[in-house]
Amino acid sequence: MIDRELMAPLMFGGLVAFMLIGYPVAFSLGAVGLLFGVIGIELGYFQWELMQALPERVFGILANDLLLSIPFFTFMGAVLERCGLAEDLLEGTGQLFGSVRGGLAYAVIFVGALLGAITGTVAASVIAMGLISLPVMIRYGYNMRMATGVIAASGTITQLIPPSLVLIVLADQLGRSVGDMYAGAIGPSILQVLLFCLFVFVVSRLRPDAMPPLPASARTLQGWPLVRRVLRGMVPSLVLMFLVLGTILMGVATPTEGGAMGAVGAIGLAALHRRLTWDLLWQGMNSTMRITAMVIFILIGSTVFGLVFRGMDGDLWIEQHLMSLPGGVTGFLIAVNLFIFVLAFFLDFFEIAFIVIPLLAPVAAKLGIDLIWFGVLLGANMQTSFMHPPFGFALFYLRGVAPKEVKSSDIYWGAVPWVFMQLLLVAILIFWPGLVTGFVDKPVTIDPAKIEIQLRPEDAVKSVAEPPAESTGSSNDGAAAIERMLKEQK
Amino acid sequence: MNALLRTAALIDALNEKIGHIACWLVLIACVISASNAMLRYGFNISSNAWLEIQWYLFGGMVMLGAASTLKTNQHVRVDVLYSHYSDRTRLWVDLLGGLLFLLPMVAMIGWLSWPMFLNAYTIGETSSNAGGLLRWPVKLLVPLGFLLLALQGVSEIIKRAAALGGRTSLDANYERPLQ
Repeated sequence: MIDRELMAPLMFGGLVAFMLIGYPVAFSLGAVGLLFGVIGIELGYFQWELMQALPERVFGILANDLLLSIPFFTFMGAVLERCGLAEDLLEGTGQLFGSVRGGLAYAVIFVGALLGAITGTVAASVIAMGLISLPVMIRYGYNMRMATGVIAASGTITQLIPPSLVLIVLADQLGRSVGDMYAGAIGPSILQVLLFCLFVFVVSRLRPDAMPPLPASARTLQGWPLVRRVLRGMVPSLVLMFLVLGTILMGVATPTEGGAMGAVGAIGLAALHRRLTWDLLWQGMNSTMRITAMVIFILIGSTVFGLVFRGMDGDLWIEQHLMSLPGGVTGFLIAVNLFIFVLAFFLDFFEIAFIVIPLLAPVAAKLGIDLIWFGVLLGANMQTSFMHPPFGFALFYLRGVAPKEVKSSDIYWGAVPWVFMQLLLVAILIFWPGLVTGFVDKPVTIDPAKIEIQLRPEDAVKSVAEPPAESTGSSNDGAAAIERMLKEQK
Repeated sequence: MNALLRTAALIDALNEKIGHIACWLVLIACVISASNAMLRYGFNISSNAWLEIQWYLFGGMVMLGAASTLKTNQHVRVDVLYSHYSDRTRLWVDLLGGLLFLLPMVAMIGWLSWPMFLNAYTIGETSSNAGGLLRWPVKLLVPLGFLLLALQGVSEIIKRAAALGGRTSLDANYERPLQ
């Protein structure tokens, strides 16, 4: 008979091994959960009734209003990606900033941030900028690594800037409001843009030939036509941005409604640009359905895993180890961020958010860490999962659209300095939580004395790790109650 | 084997059709949700039935779309090792993964979720919100979705086995879905 203490680490090892095999993550997660569920029942650690909580859990996921915004934001991104918005923005701002050293790089950062504030998908930004700006940068003598790096990084910033899907998923997993999460991400997003600009500024001073200004002959638009060009890109984007972000941040609309209005707005914008075709719409619907099903099934798989893992007292095992880290809160945050940075080499952010965050959140809550701060911090960190050579998604997209003369090694090496800047942001956030909490309406100050009373382990698990599913109300609570009861029985 | 391959083709065709429906739900849900928001803030009209239909449609998108997503190989994988496998190894991984990972999991959740639907159906459970919807149609989506997924799993296993036996060829290429 295996010692009960060993079950949680064994299960965690099983998770790693099963996922590395390469079968789709959703089902590998479910299989680990199931295998250890059978072992647990055989060894008498919990009863079969624990598994019966699963259907209600799945139903709770489907009834979750917040997750409903995933297809809306994805659909919006899929439509915008094909409606020429990025092209208009890039060409206008490229001409506008063209005369200064590194001007095209600033334009890319600026457009990347603006696109990020509208859509929320990295693919759209990177592909558009790779197609439009990269050839121009190469033609006018930009250093290859500088050009690819700035494009990949500026596309990735979409992950941090509201209304990013990462923040929605994190808000869901941490049990916090998306509005607060969005508000908390504003400061860090601005700081990230400034860090990128600062880097471009320094490099353009130290090595002027790495990013020369556009020659006058390339700046075809000047004066009034240039202004019109810029406005043509900016005005619709700003309107759309207000429609989505503005309404969510002002508390007028929920993220779900904001996303739906944004998607309808994006269709309108495509019509305005005369790019709205049935084909565009169908492709958008198709890819949205597939991404949504894929993402939600990862969540379903990790629910199976999580249920059994907690049945094996895995939550206590994790807590025990993380609470005993030296350095208190800072030590915990540094360890967690290192862990996620390493994981991001292998896993996408959805996998990290659904598998790892539920394990970490209760511990963070126990340590009295503001979960909005914690979430934004992890969101900033998870940006790197898009930028890690050689698996990073952003690099992968850029490779797909870059001209032939761009070598893969240029793309990989080009990404490295930007990954360091993303990590610099993480480090700054660890020591300066005010940058996050200062933007949230009512900064959540947690009195350590109260936590002892309010957050018993079961409560922490329940309130933090479980997605809130208000609309299912009683039935879902029933499932949670069964689980709690079983845990107390054994 | 031919009979099996025909069965697989039949399952593929079925899930492709159902996947089409799931795609439509995306657009319908968007329009309904945006209209709900505008009507509520513009005219102060709101209806629980129309709010609930949003997540019914979301449930449909996920549960009806999962099988067709499996068919097009778009459930995300950890491809650190997978991307280095030979085509044959990939076929083996998918074959064994289907048998040992996918089928047990979907069979168990699907089987456990049937009573949940049956209960909601027999007692005629409705939403606790005023004017809310009947619950059983959305609860039916759970066992139905897992059934479709199990069927698609069987079809994928048949196709892999046929390809390994050299009877058909199958594109084992995997591309990570866009995000």
